[in-house]
Amino acid sequence: MVASLYGVQEERKAIWVYLEQEGGTLENVSLELLSKGREMADQMKWQLVGLLLGRGVVELAETITAHGADEVWLADHLLLDCFTIDAYARVVFQALMDGKPSVFLLPATPNSRDLAGRLAVRLRTGLNADCTDLHMNPEGELMVSEVSGFGGGVLALIEMRHHRPQMATVRPGVFSPGEADASRKGKLIRLPVDLTADMIRTRIVERALGRGVDLTRAPVLIAGGRGVEGDFKLLQELADALGGEIGATRPPVDEGHIERERQIGQTGVVCSPKVAICCGISGAFHFVVGIAKAGTVIAINTDPAAPLFDYADYCIVGDVHQIIPALIAALQQSQERSRA
Amino acid sequence: MRELRTVVCVKVVPKPEAVRVDPGTRLLDRSNARAEINPPDMNALETALALKELHSGRVDIVSMGPPYFEPYLRVGLAMGADHIYLLSDRAFAGADTLATTYTLAQGIRKIGAFDLVLCGEESSDGATGQVPPGLAEWLQVAQLTLLSEVEVDLASNTARGRRQLKGGYEILEVPLPCVVSVKTACNEPRFMDYGIKSWAFAEGRVTVWNAADLQADPECIGLAGSPTIVSELAEAPFRERRRQFLQGTPEETARQLVDLLKEKLSA
Repeated sequence: MVASLYGVQEERKAIWVYLEQEGGTLENVSLELLSKGREMADQMKWQLVGLLLGRGVVELAETITAHGADEVWLADHLLLDCFTIDAYARVVFQALMDGKPSVFLLPATPNSRDLAGRLAVRLRTGLNADCTDLHMNPEGELMVSEVSGFGGGVLALIEMRHHRPQMATVRPGVFSPGEADASRKGKLIRLPVDLTADMIRTRIVERALGRGVDLTRAPVLIAGGRGVEGDFKLLQELADALGGEIGATRPPVDEGHIERERQIGQTGVVCSPKVAICCGISGAFHFVVGIAKAGTVIAINTDPAAPLFDYADYCIVGDVHQIIPALIAALQQSQERSRA
Repeated sequence: MRELRTVVCVKVVPKPEAVRVDPGTRLLDRSNARAEINPPDMNALETALALKELHSGRVDIVSMGPPYFEPYLRVGLAMGADHIYLLSDRAFAGADTLATTYTLAQGIRKIGAFDLVLCGEESSDGATGQVPPGLAEWLQVAQLTLLSEVEVDLASNTARGRRQLKGGYEILEVPLPCVVSVKTACNEPRFMDYGIKSWAFAEGRVTVWNAADLQADPECIGLAGSPTIVSELAEAPFRERRRQFLQGTPEETARQLVDLLKEKLSA
């Protein structure tokens, strides 16, 4: 077996978290990873380090410390303003070779997945992608990553004995962000950055950022499938009444009835609302994975044999176009009554 | 005029509903599993074939896997690809991402000079999406990932694409050669061309390369080249739900739901 660039003998007992930020705002998943990283670091009595790249982002260090990091390693540079794989991979690689952490966690987001995939090869180490859980095994000081495959039907526990760092990516919403503690003290370490424009092969021709939806944090999810027949307005009305968000299975997304970022399931978002109301969804396994972590699942379908009923707490055999308007009316009535 | 040389990475995967874990051996029981080309790879193949129509050139398919992949891969020939390279050797078995990307990169190098390596977003059985950036690193070329649209300009020697971001998008350009992954469902893969189907399944060109053909470092392939170890494998526990059916008219059902929602949302 070919050795990684640094190995178990040279590793430092630390857990590193790559902190994704966009336009000077930390992504929620960064806080989620800090929280999990803190828990693992406490268990092992190791250090937790947050690695932050960007331009003009030093003020984020306070938040990162408050969320549990003992040290913030910061690379602040003009050429790190927007994510480009060449610049980011170079800087993170140098930081890792300098800090030699035992564990390195990244978000499973488009940019950080790119980064993780490149770095694992550059470091000649392994990568556990899209982990559904992580824990430290004190014996041997190994990280154990849980990953699921085949649409969530199979679970595997994976470890890496001889290669470092032990890399893993985790999707947004898998861990909870934890509370900030403003009294926490941490150290800020500024990294030297040797970047020049000719090192970056990617040219950003155009970039337009909107306010993205974050379904992973919605308390209520109203999901629609084929049975909704494209009427997501109705579902939006219900979502508004409950303070929730709408989502969908893949067919309505493919047909253009709703934005792709609202697709729920294996290739979409995995969410953990208190309540998920699934409307006109038959229940393909790829979708079910996306609501497996919901507190309560309510399913409405005209077909009493819909597979989704096996994954629901409350099942209603009926037409979405009758049940949902009745539910919206009943919610309004109940609100009026409580006001009176 | 120069033509476009594209290699598409394709994996054959069992259809997801057909996979079970054998509780005794803890190994994946694929005996009942029917296979297919990984659906996201079909989007990559479609992208490659559409670009070939625009720019001329050739589309080669590369896949790592056992010999039984061959008939499934021939679907790609029937869709319009030129040649299949199947990287097949018992020594490749048990490969994780590092060993897989190494082996594919060796295969791509052996095929020859390329402009584009196209991949699907992820595989339906592993779903990690780490192959495209890993390949780009082994091949020492630029990358564009998760594109919903891809354009190539051979005159300026660049690839350009649109990449969806949270609440927006970016348009990126990189020099050729490069590795590109396309977003799942970004296009409608074409059907097999019945005019060439019988050719594709009979005479269509398939080259099988083993580890020696690839001059692969035995320390870098298969289980031996894989830093990660699966220590345990199990069927995922699925949370038992109540499965309680609510009865009544829509209005009666709605009232029950209101009470339920109050209880669950205040908790």
